[in-house]
Amino acid sequence: MQSTEKIEKVILLGSGALKIGEAGEFDYSGSQALKALKEEGIYTVLINPNIATIQTSENIADRVYFLPVTPEYVEEVIIKERPQGILLAFGGQTALNCGVKLYRSGVLEKYGVRVLGTPVQAIIDTEDREKFVEKLDQINIKTIQSHAVTTVEDAKKVAAELGYPIIIRAAYTLGGLGSGFCDNEAELDALASKAFTYSPQILVEKSLKGWKEIEYEVVRDRYDNCITVCNMENFDPLGIHTGESIVVAPSQTLTNAEYHKLRHLAITIIRHIGIVGECNVQYALDPNSEDYRVIEVNARLSRSSALASKATGYPLAFVAAKLGLGYGLHELKNSVTKSTTACFEPAIDYIVCKIPRWDLGKFKGVSRELGSSMKSVGEVMAIGRNFEEAIQKGLRMIGQGMHGFVANKELSVENIDEALSHPTDKRIFVIANALKHGYTVDRIYELTRIDKWFLYKLENIIRLEHEIEQYHTIDSIPESLMLEAKQKGFSDFQLARTVTKCSPAEIEEKIIEVRNRRKKLGITPYIKQIDTLAAEYPAQTNYLYVTYNATAHDIDFPQDGKSVIVLGSGAYRIGSSVEFDWCSVNAANTIRKNGLRSIMINYNPETVSTDYDMCDRLYFDELTLERVLDIADLEAPKGVIVSVGGQIPNNLALRLKDQHVPILGTSAEDIDRAEDRHKFSQMCDEMGIDQPRWRELTTIEDIYEFADEVGFPLLIRPSYVLSGAAMNVVSNKRELEHFLTLATSVSKQHPVVVTEFIENAKEIEIDAVAKDGEVLIYAISEHVEFAGVHSGDATMVFPPQKMYVETMRRIKKISKLVAQGLHITGPFNMQVMAKNNEIKVIECNLRASRSFPFVSKVLKVNFIEIATKVMLGLPAEIPHKSAFDLDYVGIKAPQFSFSRLQKADPVLGVEMASTGEVGCLGEDFHEAILKAMISVGYYIPQKNILLSTGDARSKADMLSAAQALQKKGYNLYATQGTADYLNQNGVHAEVLHWPDSELKPNTLDYIKEKKIDLVVNIPKNLSETELNNDYTIRRSAIDFNIPLITNARLASAFIHAFCRLDKKDIKIKSWNEY
Amino acid sequence: MPDKKTAALILEDGTTFHGFSFGASTSVSGEVVFNTSMMGYPESLTDPSYSGQILVLTFPLIGNYGVPGDQMQDGLLRFFESDRIHIRALVVADYSFKYSHWNAVKSLAQWLQENNIPGIYNVDTRQITKIIREKGVMLGKVTVEGTPVPDKFDDPNKENLVAKVSCDEVMTYGNGKRRIVLVDCGCKYNIIRSLLVRDATVIRVPWDYDFTTIDYDGVMLSNGPGDPQMCGATITNIKKAMEIGKPIFGICLGNQLLSIAAGASTYKLKYGHRSHNQPALQVGTNKAVITSQNHGFAVDTTKLDEDWEPYFINLNDGTSEGIRHKTKPFFSVQFHPEATSGPVDTSFLFDYFIQNIDQACKAQKK
Repeated sequence: MQSTEKIEKVILLGSGALKIGEAGEFDYSGSQALKALKEEGIYTVLINPNIATIQTSENIADRVYFLPVTPEYVEEVIIKERPQGILLAFGGQTALNCGVKLYRSGVLEKYGVRVLGTPVQAIIDTEDREKFVEKLDQINIKTIQSHAVTTVEDAKKVAAELGYPIIIRAAYTLGGLGSGFCDNEAELDALASKAFTYSPQILVEKSLKGWKEIEYEVVRDRYDNCITVCNMENFDPLGIHTGESIVVAPSQTLTNAEYHKLRHLAITIIRHIGIVGECNVQYALDPNSEDYRVIEVNARLSRSSALASKATGYPLAFVAAKLGLGYGLHELKNSVTKSTTACFEPAIDYIVCKIPRWDLGKFKGVSRELGSSMKSVGEVMAIGRNFEEAIQKGLRMIGQGMHGFVANKELSVENIDEALSHPTDKRIFVIANALKHGYTVDRIYELTRIDKWFLYKLENIIRLEHEIEQYHTIDSIPESLMLEAKQKGFSDFQLARTVTKCSPAEIEEKIIEVRNRRKKLGITPYIKQIDTLAAEYPAQTNYLYVTYNATAHDIDFPQDGKSVIVLGSGAYRIGSSVEFDWCSVNAANTIRKNGLRSIMINYNPETVSTDYDMCDRLYFDELTLERVLDIADLEAPKGVIVSVGGQIPNNLALRLKDQHVPILGTSAEDIDRAEDRHKFSQMCDEMGIDQPRWRELTTIEDIYEFADEVGFPLLIRPSYVLSGAAMNVVSNKRELEHFLTLATSVSKQHPVVVTEFIENAKEIEIDAVAKDGEVLIYAISEHVEFAGVHSGDATMVFPPQKMYVETMRRIKKISKLVAQGLHITGPFNMQVMAKNNEIKVIECNLRASRSFPFVSKVLKVNFIEIATKVMLGLPAEIPHKSAFDLDYVGIKAPQFSFSRLQKADPVLGVEMASTGEVGCLGEDFHEAILKAMISVGYYIPQKNILLSTGDARSKADMLSAAQALQKKGYNLYATQGTADYLNQNGVHAEVLHWPDSELKPNTLDYIKEKKIDLVVNIPKNLSETELNNDYTIRRSAIDFNIPLITNARLASAFIHAFCRLDKKDIKIKSWNEY
Repeated sequence: MPDKKTAALILEDGTTFHGFSFGASTSVSGEVVFNTSMMGYPESLTDPSYSGQILVLTFPLIGNYGVPGDQMQDGLLRFFESDRIHIRALVVADYSFKYSHWNAVKSLAQWLQENNIPGIYNVDTRQITKIIREKGVMLGKVTVEGTPVPDKFDDPNKENLVAKVSCDEVMTYGNGKRRIVLVDCGCKYNIIRSLLVRDATVIRVPWDYDFTTIDYDGVMLSNGPGDPQMCGATITNIKKAMEIGKPIFGICLGNQLLSIAAGASTYKLKYGHRSHNQPALQVGTNKAVITSQNHGFAVDTTKLDEDWEPYFINLNDGTSEGIRHKTKPFFSVQFHPEATSGPVDTSFLFDYFIQNIDQACKAQKK
């Protein structure tokens, strides 16, 4: 290292909670950077409230602060820690924005903190669109002709000059927030007003819809040496946000001239801007010439850079951190070969395909159309040696019930033309549908502008399916066709279904029949290495994928009984994200520490578990029965761990066991007894454990009868969903009727589970580890909200602060009974309801849960390490530590991404809606909740608060909070009913009229004019038939970026906390100081 | 998709890879080499340096963007590196029967067939590469179903390949102010293009032509196939040019020939450098460049005359990537600054060559 001055201590800013546009990729980037700093002996300080990440685990950073990544808190940490350097490029836009603010306010200079890597001015030059265009104009590089405006009127004027369609973008935002296309002035009017709430400046540009979208990942060191690590081509043309697009790497339809023209431009740009480290350049490329435009440059690690790292094996974040310290590229080694230099460009000898994962079905009212704003919550990366293989794998990995490009449940598309030209999250399957209906590639191209090359390849899959359909028994498929199908990514399931057309009940058997015939014919897959150099040099790492397009393995299989397979979590989605990555990595670490070989299977490029140096062997491949069996056949493992990666591996347990794969820990049968509603209920009944009353019903009459028996409200869980969310709570017969007729179908084939819904009950979670049915360690946490808010959306308190000792005692007793009854060995989680010390079990999962990292880190006992040891049959030392000993409180709070999900109703219910979470520590409940709420984007309001507090009960619940606000000097505004109630109870509140009223002052005006600092809107009932007015208030609060709370208990907790504490009362304490 | 005809790649050590044919129906023999670059097959296939070789592409998806038309520019085919395909056979993993690109006029298969070059797909190109990496380059045959199999493994390095690919007569391109002799040992068109854009007249001469008889401002020694020791005549002429003292710039084979003329020796690499991602460091600096390469032989600089010094070295394996004269305007590089295909990062060497020429001309005038 030839750095000018010695750097001894560095602060790294994390990205906070996972949200749409900023997800797990930054845990990966940050972890890599911290590893790189550690290698240099630098003391590292990490600020990140995301408690479920790997980077906030022990032994990664020297100090961890679970604090908001905002200028105030970072400044406090700087004052306390006095670092010499700060890294801004590894925590997404959150860290970058925070860093720019600290630079502008002079804080960095004041405390002598040097920004390592790309200088802040360069960051500003890329972030401010006008400056960016100016900068690129200086070197004659074409950008999209764009005009910065600060008023809606100016936007209209510019648009008229450019001609529609146009696109508008807001400066300084993540993932295209506040951006979109406008075909006419009316659309512009609406979108521009909204964009101005995110940013004082918006850009109006001519739309280049239909151009190819290409990205390059570029690296530069302080000696001006540059490399491009990877380029990527979007399957979807420009117009669809790259985070919403299927992406392949490397580009497939570019000639040498195009590839190298754009590569050369990327290097010219990065030099001119003065990046030191990594950056991403996005282009639009004319499909009919070599004309191009630069779309944007991201002067930081990004989702694309994480993808590029995984796609190539080149550790971008690690290298970027080293370059920030002053190294030259040529002074670093290639981490894969360990002999060649890091100053090179990976040669790929496979193709990767990234596919986004959407969860739009979880939201009410959201638009499913894809556009220039990101809505996906996760992604997968599939590796193959041809496009057909990669995309079919990828479509299975997405995990939404699809089996590849074909052999899926028929998708009903009313108007194929319309569906092709207005893409939704189902676009790829609409293409399959169109091809099957005889659409030509040319016609589909006209409607989608997806390059024909991709469409030809998809057509190949359809043609092959057609060929396979000619056979009606598995044994009659010719060997050559079977091989070709496997080479083009057909799964055994696809073959079985296409040939036998069997019912779902028989499919399992048929899959195994295909498998057996295949093996008899010698058609089995091969294992290849990702080695950065296309086999030119030997690789020292085991970064692997599975393919049928090969005739030899790259590796040997010791088969010595010392390998343990860990099944990872798959794509991040609502309900399963970074927390299971933490669990998977910790399981792999424990396996390694105990002298065994850890083998990870996972396919999510946003994770640390798919970092090839986290385990002995990484299979970047599918988590399907077929693929896990393939790998188990080759590795002959000691066993497979299915309980740390969430529901996907958990669901494989019984099926793997049936195929004689050893499952470590709790037996597959017992996992099934917990998963199967009937079996679990029966066990509870036998043990005298109470559950909310429920019934699985197949006729509407039965449902009404059950409703009469237990009364309303009821939780309805259909097995077949026509539209809208899968679960719902109904409060009366009318709602029940509405839901049953409109949203679901009830029949013998599609039973509906109806459960009694207990109002105003406490919800409590137990995370525990047991061995041979005996609980070794447990953590009990309580929710701030009452039961009815999905546990993933609830605010969790650990140790519990408001729970009866008797309740606690009873829960412990039940946990012991359940552990015994299910002979649990390994992790488990239970959710219970408590009302008046009566405990009812809602759910029990014999796997790690979302809250394992949270309770592990608060208690400072690694539950997964203990669980893994237990599953491996090793003695586990159990620390004698109880939650009662803690003199601090941990709070886990959800992060929502409603601002990205246009039109979605930002209300909480039984379906999970949050995309991420934070966990903060405080000396008491108030301090912890304040930190947590600020970490997920709330702020302490300045002066004006709008209350609209729902039904009588929640009005009463909120009264003391309103009194506290008044005492603290806040101005209270309220809708009519709430204002009346408050005024009757001695709290002054000014009336704001409902949005649909003509009367002034009006709620909507106040929100739009940003006169309100916090909106509390409590829905009147739990049903879907919400008053339009309430929806408008909530949605406007989101669209105009005003903090919104929709739960009375949470609102009270937050209000009491900030009324009681000032910002200065918040302690700047690192994790190890608690 | 047409009816599948089987084909095979048979290596000298007996290893056989079975696949299908997509090129011409003919069987051939040659030296099997691999290239790890991810794009640029129209350029690679027409690169004369591949003469005599069976080319294995490690990037599996080939043929995606078809083959461009034969538009001319400055007397050269615009989209190719010479007037014909030089490889003996092409070996790929996944061939795209349908292509998509605005400037494509035919498929890769059609082009191979027109040029009577066999192509084989659906073979494990990574495994072939690993065999070559472990055992070194070896001879091989590509056989297509229904065609006679060559009985012997033909070693192209025993022939004078340069003589086969060089031009037959002197040809002149452009009308620029600098007169540059291009010694064509199997020259890629982009060397000519790179000089033409820099205001040069390019006088392309056959490999063994005594160009010192021509009035010129500088000498460009081109790339080319095979063993440099076959080019005795060229080396003799280079030595004469060194006496004349006008600027010399060598590329690839040109580098090897200049190095031999400067006292160095050459040797055959185990499996060569054929890729777009070879890192080279300018000796004595922190300047690292990513280069396009295609060579099987390399220069051993230990015996270089003392007036010469290493210019670039390979950052991966430390092999020589170029030499330069300590005082005179002579230099050469093992990589391809003209790129096509590959990165264009080292095109500054052409500027450097032109500067040398301009300085030499200025000095002469004085």
